[in-house]
Amino acid sequence: MALAPNTSQVDDGLKNELAKKGIVVTTLNQLYNWGRRSSIWPMQFGLACCAIEMIATACARYDIARFGAELFRPSPRQADLMIVAGTVTKKMAPQVVRLYNQMAEPKYVITMGACSIAGGPFIDGYNVLRGIDRYIPVDVHLPGCPPRPEALLYGLMELQKKIDGQQIETAEWYQQGLKREYPIPEFGPHGLIPKFNPEVWQPRENDLRKERYGQPIMIGKKTKAPNLDVVAVAAAPKPAAPAAPAQTPPTPGMA
Amino acid sequence: MDTEKVKADLEKALGPVALKSVRSSLLVENAQDLPKVAKFLKEDAAYRLDYLSSVTASDFIDYLETVYHLYSMEKKTGPVTLRVRVPRTDPKIPSLVSLYRGAEFQERDNFDLFGIVYEGHPDLRRIMMWEGFEGFPMRKDYLQEDSETLESVDVEWLEKNGVKVPEAAKAKAVELRQQGKRALAERRVEDKG
Repeated sequence: MALAPNTSQVDDGLKNELAKKGIVVTTLNQLYNWGRRSSIWPMQFGLACCAIEMIATACARYDIARFGAELFRPSPRQADLMIVAGTVTKKMAPQVVRLYNQMAEPKYVITMGACSIAGGPFIDGYNVLRGIDRYIPVDVHLPGCPPRPEALLYGLMELQKKIDGQQIETAEWYQQGLKREYPIPEFGPHGLIPKFNPEVWQPRENDLRKERYGQPIMIGKKTKAPNLDVVAVAAAPKPAAPAAPAQTPPTPGMA
Repeated sequence: MDTEKVKADLEKALGPVALKSVRSSLLVENAQDLPKVAKFLKEDAAYRLDYLSSVTASDFIDYLETVYHLYSMEKKTGPVTLRVRVPRTDPKIPSLVSLYRGAEFQERDNFDLFGIVYEGHPDLRRIMMWEGFEGFPMRKDYLQEDSETLESVDVEWLEKNGVKVPEAAKAKAVELRQQGKRALAERRVEDKG
Protein backbone atom coordinates (compact mmCIF):
# COMPACT_ATOMS: atom_id res chain seq x y z
CA MET A 1 0.00 0.00 0.00
CA ALA A 2 1.50 3.27 -1.08
CA LEU A 3 1.19 6.08 1.37
CA ALA A 4 -0.45 9.21 0.04
CA PRO A 5 1.99 12.12 0.37
CA ASN A 6 0.94 14.61 3.01
CA THR A 7 0.40 17.92 1.32
CA SER A 8 -1.53 19.72 4.05
CA GLN A 9 0.01 23.01 5.07
CA VAL A 10 -0.48 25.33 8.02
CA ASP A 11 1.00 28.73 7.43
CA ASP A 12 3.55 29.99 9.91
CA GLY A 13 1.52 32.97 11.07
CA LEU A 14 -1.42 30.80 12.08
CA LYS A 15 0.92 28.37 13.73
CA ASN A 16 2.43 31.15 15.83
CA GLU A 17 -0.99 32.44 16.82
CA LEU A 18 -2.06 28.96 17.88
CA ALA A 19 1.18 28.45 19.79
CA LYS A 20 0.41 31.56 21.86
CA LYS A 21 -2.82 29.93 22.92
CA GLY A 22 -1.03 26.75 23.86
CA ILE A 23 -1.96 24.74 20.82
CA VAL A 24 0.89 23.14 18.96
CA VAL A 25 0.48 22.31 15.30
CA THR A 26 3.28 20.40 13.67
CA THR A 27 4.06 17.78 11.10
CA LEU A 28 5.79 14.49 11.49
CA ASN A 29 8.56 15.81 9.29
CA GLN A 30 9.18 18.80 11.52
CA LEU A 31 9.19 16.66 14.64
CA TYR A 32 11.55 14.19 13.04
CA ASN A 33 13.98 16.85 11.87
CA TRP A 34 13.71 18.79 15.12
CA GLY A 35 14.77 15.71 17.00
CA ARG A 36 17.59 14.92 14.64
CA ARG A 37 19.06 18.36 14.36
CA SER A 38 18.91 18.93 18.11
CA SER A 39 20.89 15.82 18.94
CA ILE A 40 23.71 15.60 16.45
CA TRP A 41 26.31 13.45 18.11
CA PRO A 42 29.74 14.16 16.68
CA MET A 43 32.50 11.62 16.62
CA GLN A 44 35.34 12.22 19.03
CA PHE A 45 37.94 12.47 16.39
CA GLY A 46 40.62 15.07 15.87
CA LEU A 47 43.64 15.04 13.60
CA ALA A 48 45.58 18.26 14.16
CA CYS A 49 45.35 21.79 15.53
CA CYS A 50 41.71 22.20 14.42
CA ALA A 51 40.86 19.58 17.02
CA ILE A 52 41.98 22.03 19.71
CA GLU A 53 39.40 24.51 18.46
CA MET A 54 36.85 21.71 18.40
CA ILE A 55 37.66 20.96 22.04
CA ALA A 56 37.30 24.65 22.85
CA THR A 57 33.89 24.61 21.16
CA ALA A 58 32.86 21.73 23.37
CA CYS A 59 33.97 23.52 26.55
CA ALA A 60 31.95 25.90 28.67
CA ARG A 61 32.71 29.19 26.95
CA TYR A 62 31.38 28.28 23.52
CA ASP A 63 29.35 25.34 24.71
CA ILE A 64 28.32 23.25 21.75
CA ALA A 65 25.74 21.69 24.11
CA ARG A 66 23.49 24.65 23.33
CA PHE A 67 22.99 23.00 19.97
CA GLY A 68 22.56 19.51 21.33
CA ALA A 69 25.85 18.35 19.90
CA GLU A 70 27.84 17.91 23.07
CA LEU A 71 27.97 14.13 23.14
CA PHE A 72 31.23 13.36 21.45
CA ARG A 73 31.03 9.64 20.84
CA PRO A 74 34.19 7.59 20.90
CA SER A 75 32.72 5.07 18.45
CA PRO A 76 31.71 5.74 14.85
CA ARG A 77 28.75 3.38 15.35
CA GLN A 78 27.12 5.87 17.72
CA ALA A 79 27.99 9.05 15.88
CA ASP A 80 25.93 11.09 13.43
CA LEU A 81 28.56 13.60 12.44
CA MET A 82 32.20 13.34 11.60
CA ILE A 83 34.09 16.59 12.06
CA VAL A 84 37.29 16.08 10.10
CA ALA A 85 39.30 18.43 12.28
CA GLY A 86 42.78 18.76 10.91
CA THR A 87 45.31 17.75 8.31
CA VAL A 88 44.53 14.44 6.66
CA THR A 89 47.84 12.89 5.78
CA LYS A 90 47.97 10.18 3.16
CA LYS A 91 48.86 7.75 5.90
CA MET A 92 45.72 8.67 7.87
CA ALA A 93 43.28 8.92 4.94
CA PRO A 94 42.37 5.19 4.77
CA GLN A 95 41.43 5.25 8.44
CA VAL A 96 39.24 8.32 7.97
CA VAL A 97 37.37 6.63 5.11
CA ARG A 98 37.04 3.47 7.18
CA LEU A 99 35.54 5.43 10.08
CA TYR A 100 33.09 7.07 7.70
CA ASN A 101 32.06 3.66 6.40
CA GLN A 102 31.48 2.44 9.93
CA MET A 103 29.09 5.25 10.84
CA ALA A 104 25.40 4.46 10.85
CA GLU A 105 22.93 6.26 8.61
CA PRO A 106 22.07 9.10 8.51
CA LYS A 107 25.62 10.42 8.62
CA TYR A 108 27.08 13.83 7.99
CA VAL A 109 30.58 15.20 7.49
CA ILE A 110 31.98 18.63 8.27
CA THR A 111 35.47 19.33 6.99
CA MET A 112 37.00 21.71 9.47
CA GLY A 113 39.84 23.91 8.32
CA ALA A 114 41.82 24.49 5.16
CA CYS A 115 43.76 21.22 5.38
CA SER A 116 40.84 18.87 5.33
CA ILE A 117 39.15 20.92 2.59
CA ALA A 118 42.05 21.03 0.14
CA GLY A 119 45.35 20.30 1.83
CA GLY A 120 45.79 23.82 3.18
CA PRO A 121 49.36 25.04 3.45
CA PHE A 122 50.57 21.52 2.74
CA ILE A 123 48.95 21.36 -0.68
CA ASP A 124 52.31 20.93 -2.41
CA GLY A 125 53.46 18.29 0.02
CA TYR A 126 54.12 14.71 -0.85
CA ASN A 127 52.35 13.36 2.21
CA VAL A 128 49.13 15.34 2.66
CA LEU A 129 45.83 14.47 1.06
CA ARG A 130 44.38 17.36 -0.92
CA GLY A 131 41.02 17.30 0.74
CA ILE A 132 39.05 14.49 2.30
CA ASP A 133 36.26 15.17 -0.21
CA ARG A 134 38.29 13.12 -2.66
CA TYR A 135 37.10 9.97 -0.92
CA ILE A 136 33.92 10.74 1.04
CA PRO A 137 31.03 13.14 0.46
CA VAL A 138 31.12 16.30 2.58
CA ASP A 139 28.10 18.25 3.77
CA VAL A 140 29.66 21.43 5.13
CA HIS A 141 33.05 22.86 4.20
CA LEU A 142 34.29 25.09 6.99
CA PRO A 143 37.26 27.25 5.98
CA GLY A 144 39.77 28.74 8.38
CA CYS A 145 43.18 27.93 9.70
CA PRO A 146 41.98 26.89 12.17
CA PRO A 147 38.35 28.07 12.21
CA ARG A 148 37.41 29.75 15.46
CA PRO A 149 34.85 28.01 17.69
CA GLU A 150 32.20 30.45 16.50
CA ALA A 151 32.87 29.27 12.98
CA LEU A 152 32.43 25.66 13.98
CA LEU A 153 29.13 26.57 15.63
CA TYR A 154 28.12 28.34 12.43
CA GLY A 155 29.03 25.24 10.44
CA LEU A 156 26.91 23.18 12.79
CA MET A 157 24.00 25.60 12.29
CA GLU A 158 24.38 25.27 8.53
CA LEU A 159 24.24 21.51 8.94
CA GLN A 160 21.07 21.91 11.04
CA LYS A 161 19.56 23.95 8.22
CA LYS A 162 20.42 21.18 5.81
CA ILE A 163 18.80 18.61 8.11
CA ASP A 164 15.68 20.79 8.38
CA GLY A 165 15.35 20.69 4.61
CA GLN A 166 15.30 16.91 4.44
CA GLN A 167 12.02 14.98 4.11
CA ILE A 168 11.24 11.82 5.98
CA GLU A 169 9.36 10.43 2.97
CA THR A 170 12.23 10.90 0.60
CA ALA A 171 15.17 10.54 2.98
CA GLU A 172 17.78 8.59 1.12
CA TRP A 173 18.72 6.41 4.05
CA TYR A 174 15.24 4.87 4.01
CA GLN A 175 15.47 4.10 0.31
CA GLN A 176 16.63 0.87 -1.13
CA GLY A 177 19.98 0.58 -2.79
CA LEU A 178 21.67 3.39 -0.91
CA LYS A 179 25.40 3.02 -1.16
CA ARG A 180 27.25 5.15 1.29
CA GLU A 181 30.29 3.06 1.86
CA TYR A 182 33.26 4.06 -0.13
CA PRO A 183 36.25 1.90 -1.00
CA ILE A 184 39.17 2.47 1.32
CA PRO A 185 42.28 3.71 -0.51
CA GLU A 186 45.48 1.74 -0.26
CA PHE A 187 49.11 2.70 0.04
CA GLY A 188 50.90 2.67 -3.28
CA PRO A 189 54.53 3.25 -4.20
CA HIS A 190 54.04 6.99 -4.86
CA GLY A 191 50.93 7.87 -2.90
CA LEU A 192 47.45 6.57 -2.35
CA ILE A 193 45.73 4.27 -4.83
CA PRO A 194 43.38 5.57 -6.16
CA LYS A 195 44.25 9.27 -6.15
CA PHE A 196 40.57 10.10 -5.77
CA ASN A 197 37.21 8.44 -6.07
CA PRO A 198 35.56 9.79 -9.23
CA GLU A 199 32.11 8.98 -7.87
CA VAL A 200 32.68 11.50 -5.09
CA TRP A 201 35.07 14.06 -6.51
CA GLN A 202 36.49 14.95 -9.87
CA PRO A 203 39.12 17.52 -10.76
CA ARG A 204 37.86 20.78 -12.11
CA GLU A 205 38.30 21.45 -15.80
CA ASN A 206 40.21 24.67 -15.38
CA ASP A 207 42.08 24.42 -12.15
CA LEU A 208 44.06 27.54 -11.51
CA ARG A 209 45.99 25.71 -8.84
CA LYS A 210 47.86 23.93 -11.61
CA GLU A 211 49.32 27.20 -12.77
CA ARG A 212 49.88 28.75 -9.42
CA TYR A 213 51.10 25.79 -7.48
CA GLY A 214 52.88 22.61 -8.33
CA GLN A 215 55.99 20.99 -7.14
CA PRO A 216 58.90 23.35 -7.12
CA ILE A 217 61.81 21.31 -8.39
CA MET A 218 65.01 23.24 -8.14
CA ILE A 219 66.80 21.93 -11.15
CA GLY A 220 68.38 24.27 -13.62
CA LYS A 221 69.78 27.60 -12.64
CA LYS A 222 69.12 26.99 -9.00
CA THR A 223 70.93 23.66 -8.86
CA LYS A 224 74.17 25.03 -7.50
CA ALA A 225 74.72 24.26 -3.90
CA PRO A 226 75.18 27.30 -1.70
CA ASN A 227 78.82 27.68 -0.91
CA LEU A 228 79.06 26.94 2.76
CA ASP A 229 82.81 27.45 2.93
CA VAL A 230 84.01 30.56 4.57
CA VAL A 231 84.72 33.01 1.82
CA ALA A 232 86.30 36.36 2.24
CA VAL A 233 83.62 38.73 1.18
CA ALA A 234 84.87 41.80 -0.60
CA ALA A 235 83.79 44.85 1.26
CA ALA A 236 80.76 46.17 -0.50
CA PRO A 237 81.17 49.73 -1.69
CA LYS A 238 79.39 51.97 0.65
CA PRO A 239 76.37 53.61 -0.86
CA ALA A 240 76.78 57.28 -1.43
CA ALA A 241 75.71 59.12 1.66
CA PRO A 242 72.29 60.57 1.12
CA ALA A 243 72.10 64.27 0.90
CA ALA A 244 72.21 65.59 4.40
CA PRO A 245 68.87 66.97 5.41
CA ALA A 246 68.82 70.65 5.55
CA GLN A 247 69.65 71.46 9.09
CA THR A 248 67.32 73.78 10.75
CA PRO A 249 69.30 76.57 12.25
CA PRO A 250 68.86 76.66 15.99
CA THR A 251 66.24 79.11 16.81
CA PRO A 252 67.66 81.71 19.08
CA GLY A 253 64.81 81.76 21.52
CA MET A 254 64.98 77.98 22.24
CA ALA A 255 68.28 77.84 24.08
CA MET B 1 82.07 26.58 21.62
CA ASP B 2 85.23 27.58 19.81
CA THR B 3 85.42 25.44 16.70
CA GLU B 4 89.10 26.02 16.11
CA LYS B 5 89.93 24.79 19.59
CA VAL B 6 87.77 21.69 19.16
CA LYS B 7 89.45 21.04 15.84
CA ALA B 8 92.93 21.42 17.29
CA ASP B 9 92.08 19.11 20.20
CA LEU B 10 90.64 16.49 17.87
CA GLU B 11 93.67 16.58 15.61
CA LYS B 12 95.98 16.34 18.60
CA ALA B 13 94.13 13.36 20.08
CA LEU B 14 93.18 11.40 16.99
CA GLY B 15 96.06 12.11 14.68
CA PRO B 16 95.24 12.30 11.00
CA VAL B 17 91.60 13.32 10.86
CA ALA B 18 90.50 15.48 7.98
CA LEU B 19 88.56 18.29 9.57
CA LYS B 20 87.54 21.65 8.29
CA SER B 21 85.81 24.55 9.94
CA VAL B 22 82.71 25.51 8.07
CA ARG B 23 80.67 28.35 9.47
CA SER B 24 81.28 27.61 13.14
CA SER B 25 80.77 23.93 12.56
CA LEU B 26 83.20 21.11 11.92
CA LEU B 27 83.12 19.29 8.62
CA VAL B 28 84.30 15.72 8.97
CA GLU B 29 85.60 15.19 5.47
CA ASN B 30 85.84 11.44 5.62
CA ALA B 31 82.54 9.94 6.80
CA GLN B 32 84.33 6.92 8.30
CA ASP B 33 86.03 9.20 10.84
CA LEU B 34 82.71 10.24 12.36
CA PRO B 35 82.38 7.57 15.10
CA LYS B 36 85.95 8.24 16.17
CA VAL B 37 85.32 11.97 16.42
CA ALA B 38 82.02 11.55 18.23
CA LYS B 39 83.47 9.03 20.66
CA PHE B 40 86.29 11.38 21.54
CA LEU B 41 83.93 14.31 22.06
CA LYS B 42 81.62 12.19 24.18
CA GLU B 43 84.25 10.63 26.40
CA ASP B 44 87.01 13.21 26.68
CA ALA B 45 87.04 14.81 30.11
CA ALA B 46 87.34 18.29 28.66
CA TYR B 47 84.23 17.98 26.48
CA ARG B 48 81.82 15.30 27.76
CA LEU B 49 79.33 16.01 24.97
CA ASP B 50 76.90 13.38 26.17
CA TYR B 51 73.75 14.55 24.44
CA LEU B 52 73.06 14.33 20.71
CA SER B 53 70.22 16.77 20.27
CA SER B 54 69.63 16.45 16.57
CA VAL B 55 70.60 14.47 13.53
CA THR B 56 69.31 16.18 10.47
CA ALA B 57 70.03 16.07 6.78
CA SER B 58 69.82 18.27 3.74
CA ASP B 59 70.19 17.88 0.02
CA PHE B 60 72.66 20.21 -1.63
CA ILE B 61 72.30 18.52 -5.05
CA ASP B 62 76.09 18.07 -5.33
CA TYR B 63 76.05 15.99 -2.17
CA LEU B 64 73.89 15.00 0.77
CA GLU B 65 74.79 16.31 4.17
CA THR B 66 74.05 15.18 7.69
CA VAL B 67 74.38 17.61 10.57
CA TYR B 68 74.85 16.54 14.19
CA HIS B 69 74.37 18.85 17.16
CA LEU B 70 76.17 17.74 20.31
CA TYR B 71 75.59 19.20 23.76
CA SER B 72 76.97 18.46 27.18
CA MET B 73 74.42 17.95 29.92
CA GLU B 74 77.21 17.55 32.43
CA LYS B 75 79.10 20.74 31.64
CA LYS B 76 76.13 22.71 30.30
CA THR B 77 77.98 23.51 27.11
CA GLY B 78 77.28 23.20 23.48
CA PRO B 79 76.46 22.89 20.76
CA VAL B 80 79.31 21.43 18.78
CA THR B 81 78.08 20.98 15.24
CA LEU B 82 79.45 18.24 13.04
CA ARG B 83 78.78 17.98 9.34
CA VAL B 84 79.30 14.97 7.13
CA ARG B 85 78.96 15.14 3.37
CA VAL B 86 78.38 12.09 1.24
CA PRO B 87 77.85 11.66 -2.50
CA ARG B 88 74.28 11.23 -3.73
CA THR B 89 75.12 8.04 -5.56
CA ASP B 90 76.46 6.17 -2.54
CA PRO B 91 75.28 7.91 0.63
CA LYS B 92 76.72 5.87 3.47
CA ILE B 93 77.55 7.18 6.93
CA PRO B 94 78.48 5.10 9.97
CA SER B 95 75.66 5.07 12.49
CA LEU B 96 76.00 6.78 15.87
CA VAL B 97 73.34 4.65 17.58
CA SER B 98 75.92 2.65 19.51
CA LEU B 99 77.19 5.92 21.02
CA TYR B 100 73.95 7.84 21.33
CA ARG B 101 70.71 5.87 21.56
CA GLY B 102 68.78 9.01 20.70
CA ALA B 103 70.11 8.88 17.18
CA GLU B 104 68.04 5.84 16.33
CA PHE B 105 64.77 7.44 15.20
CA GLN B 106 66.44 10.48 13.73
CA GLU B 107 68.70 8.38 11.55
CA ARG B 108 65.67 6.38 10.47
CA ASP B 109 63.94 9.64 9.63
CA ASN B 110 66.87 10.76 7.47
CA PHE B 111 66.95 7.38 5.80
CA ASP B 112 63.24 7.62 5.11
CA LEU B 113 63.25 11.09 3.60
CA PHE B 114 66.76 11.41 2.12
CA GLY B 115 67.87 7.83 1.58
CA ILE B 116 71.08 8.20 3.57
CA VAL B 117 72.18 4.75 4.74
CA TYR B 118 73.51 4.69 8.28
CA GLU B 119 75.73 1.66 8.46
CA GLY B 120 75.47 -0.25 11.70
CA HIS B 121 71.99 1.03 12.56
CA PRO B 122 70.10 -1.74 14.37
CA ASP B 123 66.77 -1.26 12.60
CA LEU B 124 67.05 0.92 9.52
CA ARG B 125 63.66 1.10 7.87
CA ARG B 126 61.13 3.77 7.00
CA ILE B 127 59.61 5.61 9.93
CA MET B 128 57.23 8.20 8.44
CA MET B 129 56.29 6.85 5.05
CA TRP B 130 54.74 3.44 4.73
CA GLU B 131 56.50 0.25 3.72
CA GLY B 132 56.47 -0.04 -0.05
CA PHE B 133 56.85 3.68 -0.67
CA GLU B 134 59.36 4.33 -3.41
CA GLY B 135 61.88 7.13 -3.49
CA PHE B 136 63.01 9.67 -0.95
CA PRO B 137 60.62 12.60 -0.94
CA MET B 138 62.86 15.27 0.56
CA ARG B 139 65.50 14.88 -2.09
CA LYS B 140 65.40 17.70 -4.57
CA ASP B 141 65.07 15.43 -7.59
CA TYR B 142 62.06 13.58 -6.16
CA LEU B 143 59.24 13.67 -8.64
CA GLN B 144 55.86 14.07 -7.05
CA GLU B 145 52.78 12.44 -8.49
CA ASP B 146 50.10 14.52 -10.13
CA SER B 147 47.21 14.01 -7.78
CA GLU B 148 44.57 15.06 -10.32
CA THR B 149 45.28 12.49 -13.04
CA LEU B 150 44.35 8.86 -12.62
CA GLU B 151 46.86 6.28 -13.74
CA SER B 152 46.07 2.78 -14.96
CA VAL B 153 46.77 1.35 -11.49
CA ASP B 154 44.10 3.63 -10.06
CA VAL B 155 41.61 2.81 -12.81
CA GLU B 156 42.10 -0.93 -12.32
CA TRP B 157 41.74 -0.58 -8.58
CA LEU B 158 38.59 1.52 -8.87
CA GLU B 159 36.95 -0.89 -11.31
CA LYS B 160 37.85 -3.83 -9.12
CA ASN B 161 36.01 -2.04 -6.30
CA GLY B 162 32.97 -1.34 -8.43
CA VAL B 163 33.47 2.36 -8.98
CA LYS B 164 32.56 3.84 -12.34
CA VAL B 165 35.46 5.72 -13.87
CA PRO B 166 34.70 8.46 -16.41
CA GLU B 167 35.75 7.61 -19.94
CA ALA B 168 38.00 10.64 -20.29
CA ALA B 169 40.01 9.68 -17.22
CA LYS B 170 40.25 6.10 -18.44
CA ALA B 171 41.49 7.19 -21.87
CA LYS B 172 44.11 9.41 -20.25
CA ALA B 173 45.31 6.52 -18.10
CA VAL B 174 45.60 4.23 -21.13
CA GLU B 175 47.50 6.91 -23.01
CA LEU B 176 49.94 7.35 -20.15
CA ARG B 177 50.52 3.62 -19.92
CA GLN B 178 51.16 3.33 -23.65
CA GLN B 179 53.74 6.08 -23.41
CA GLY B 180 55.23 4.35 -20.38
CA LYS B 181 54.90 7.53 -18.33
CA ARG B 182 53.69 8.39 -14.87
CA ALA B 183 51.45 11.34 -14.18
CA LEU B 184 53.79 13.79 -12.48
CA ALA B 185 53.16 17.13 -10.88
CA GLU B 186 53.96 19.99 -13.17
CA ARG B 187 56.92 22.13 -12.49
CA ARG B 188 56.78 25.81 -11.97
CA VAL B 189 57.54 27.69 -15.13
CA GLU B 190 60.50 29.63 -13.77
CA ASP B 191 62.24 26.43 -12.72
CA LYS B 192 62.19 24.83 -16.14
CA GLY B 193 65.39 24.46 -18.11
